[in-house]
Amino acid sequence: MEKAIEVTDLVTQYGDRVILNGISFSIPKGKTTVILGGSGCGKSTLLNHLIGLLKPTSGEILINGHDITAMTEDEFNEFRKKMGVLFQGSALLNSMTIADNVALPLREHTKLEEPTIQIICRMKLDLVSLSKFEHFYPSQLSGGMKKRAGIARAMALDPELLFFDEPSAGLDPVTAAGLDELIIKLRDVFKITIVVVTHELPSVFMIADYVIMLDLGEVIFAGPIDELKASAHPKVRRFLERQAEQETYSPEDYFRFIAGN
Amino acid sequence: MPAAIEGLFGFIGRKTFSILRNVHDASKLINDTFYWTFISPFKGKAVRVRATISEMVKAGYNSVPIVGVISFFVGIILALQAAYQLKKVGALIYVANLVGVSLTRELGPILTAIIVSGRSGSSYAAEIGSMKAAEEVNALVSMGINPIRFLVTPKLIALMVMLPALTIFSDFIGILGGLILSATALDMNPFSYMQQTVSSLLVKDVMTGLVKAWAFGVVITIVGAYQGFKVSGGAEEVGRRTTASVVASIFLVIVFDLFFTALFFYFT
Repeated sequence: MEKAIEVTDLVTQYGDRVILNGISFSIPKGKTTVILGGSGCGKSTLLNHLIGLLKPTSGEILINGHDITAMTEDEFNEFRKKMGVLFQGSALLNSMTIADNVALPLREHTKLEEPTIQIICRMKLDLVSLSKFEHFYPSQLSGGMKKRAGIARAMALDPELLFFDEPSAGLDPVTAAGLDELIIKLRDVFKITIVVVTHELPSVFMIADYVIMLDLGEVIFAGPIDELKASAHPKVRRFLERQAEQETYSPEDYFRFIAGN
Repeated sequence: MPAAIEGLFGFIGRKTFSILRNVHDASKLINDTFYWTFISPFKGKAVRVRATISEMVKAGYNSVPIVGVISFFVGIILALQAAYQLKKVGALIYVANLVGVSLTRELGPILTAIIVSGRSGSSYAAEIGSMKAAEEVNALVSMGINPIRFLVTPKLIALMVMLPALTIFSDFIGILGGLILSATALDMNPFSYMQQTVSSLLVKDVMTGLVKAWAFGVVITIVGAYQGFKVSGGAEEVGRRTTASVVASIFLVIVFDLFFTALFFYFT
């Protein structure tokens, strides 16, 4: 298995609070990897490390063999041109039209002529079926359309790596399934390495080739999707079978807790 | 150690650290802003010209009516107040000197700065703050676009140009206000009022006002951007930071005014 990303001993602490506790894993190239986990398990923090918005306390993150935690801002900015990110709220610039949003990375990072940029924009928007909406502003689009426009922008520079933060959050099942299909299409057609952070099970089973599951800042599972389905790890089973967390208090403890002493 | 004393030291320590952090963040922002505005254009990272022009229109051209009206009224007020004293000694012609000098040296720049910090300073904080809240700033970073170059530099250049320009406009309109009042209510000859104004004003009076206006432009942009980038929560914090940016920029404008006035008093 060829590795696109390799994380070794990654630790993140805010003061005394440990968010990620020395995790190590690798993400295969050309596949869709889902980072799975309940709320507060550290998956958003992990994503922020992978896209370089946050520096870890210690540990290494190798992307295509280069340690991004040791890079200067300028070096990493060069690197970022090969990465695309779709944020949870799609994060389109509200002051610009959809076409200008998609054109932004091209205008900032390339020396292409304006007509060429517009052709690329239309191609990218057509890829996500938004070609009729190029002159719309983000506020005039629905949630699902905004996400697709966000994908078009992330694809603008033909990245090798694409990150998705909760792509189906806040979408109805039909729109979410449409987005999942788009993710599969991107992997199959462009052979991009895709990393998706989510907790939506239906979407995981549809798109994932490889799964990394986090719990309380630790990796509890890493492997292909079929192994996940067969896993006997109690926490994995509980997640897959949608069982609530066991009652952790004994009645005496609970009484002590509410009595405050 | 008793808990009360421990609490006191803890309080002092926490406050000190938070102040140091704020100073660090502010100086980093100032450093980055000046780097992306004055140094990086020479390293091949061009300034966003169209965005700069659009900021100039928003901050400068759109402020012309309000700056004009306020300066006109203040010119009249100054002339009236000056006449109130000068008429006792029969030296009404010196109304022109007073209006001209106080407007160009002091009131033109500061009135303009206060209007612009209310209009543009607050909008900078709100704009950057809501972009921060909607992850738009993170999106810029993830695309390899520096948010300071993208958002702050056009605003800084716009205010560095437009605040002195608005100040000149404010000086003219204020003097015009004084002239109209003197020519009508005080029965002065408009021509001799103009002559008196021109002969009383020195180039240095106008220039010191413009230097102040330039500095106020920098202060207003930095404060607005600082408060905007400090937003980490949602809509409520955007509102709070917007208010804070107006209060802080008016305060700092007056502090800088004091500094420059003292400087010019002793060194020109």
